[in-house]
Amino acid sequence: MCTYLTQYAAIDGSGKGSSGWFSLTQATVYVDHPQHAPYEHTVNIDLGNPKLGPAARVAVELTEEAALALIDSIRAALASAPPGLASKAGSAHQQVAA
Amino acid sequence: MYDAMMSETVKINGHQGDEVEAYLARPLTPGPVGGVVVIHHMPGYDESTKEMVRRFAANGYAAICPNLYWREAPGASPDDAAAAARAAGGVPDERLLGDVAGAASYLRALSSSNGKVGVIGHCSGGRQSFLAACELDLNAAVDCYGAFVASAPAEGFPLQVEPVISRAEKLDCPVLGLFGDEDQYPAPAEVATLDAELKRLGKQFEFHSYEGAGHAFFAVDRPSYRPAAAVEGWQRIFEFYGKHLAA
Repeated sequence: MCTYLTQYAAIDGSGKGSSGWFSLTQATVYVDHPQHAPYEHTVNIDLGNPKLGPAARVAVELTEEAALALIDSIRAALASAPPGLASKAGSAHQQVAA
Repeated sequence: MYDAMMSETVKINGHQGDEVEAYLARPLTPGPVGGVVVIHHMPGYDESTKEMVRRFAANGYAAICPNLYWREAPGASPDDAAAAARAAGGVPDERLLGDVAGAASYLRALSSSNGKVGVIGHCSGGRQSFLAACELDLNAAVDCYGAFVASAPAEGFPLQVEPVISRAEKLDCPVLGLFGDEDQYPAPAEVATLDAELKRLGKQFEFHSYEGAGHAFFAVDRPSYRPAAAVEGWQRIFEFYGKHLAA
């Protein structure tokens, strides 16, 4: 089925797409038919920057298990680092302190 | 039998006169031939859809597929365009209708046209095909497993994807519906609801539902492909169009 439902998140960082690195501003997440993964439905995540056009996109299509494992690993990685180390405010603070 | 055909990318005037890219394939005969508007599925104006357009041409129809994502992503690859259109909120029904109407007009304006134009869509395009059949001047419509024709989407879905069964009264062309018994969207109960409503309204339609097939059983590049259902489904499609669109 096409779910039509899309979750959005404003994001800040960089991604590497088909034409190299670019700044990321938006993530869209949806469970729907994949373009490439050999499954009927996958969790599809597009990390992009709409101002730079449709090709400014890093795309993944994950199984539900893979998506949940990714969430766990992101949380584990963040938990293993000092709080705020990778935050926008945290990195600014680091620069000032340096 | 002379069987030459050509396919090419053209520009048509879609909703509100917007210039929209479209993929056209047609037999190189003087005609008269019927036309088919192919509505691409949500993953985009892609290779498999263009292949379907050529298949109709190889079988004697002028066929065209408007790029429904042209406005959001002109010239982008189909998957990037689909993602961009989705991020922008999807294709509003009114715009879809305008683009399908423009595509149908383009086909009828071909010197080889017999004036008859049908429509076909799969998945989200199945719903859009039914919607177009209710709202536009068309001669035959094929709905391949379109969900949310009769049932309402779950809470949280955008309002633009409303069930279109309430518009069925306006339907004035025959409909062919092809479904999978194991599909959940649309589930057999939804198909039965639509069947009952079309019967109640006295509409001309035929539905076929295939055992052992689920959603997207026509898609040869997906694990959902079911050869027996797809082969028979294509036969039903060409019989249906042969009856209603042939010269």
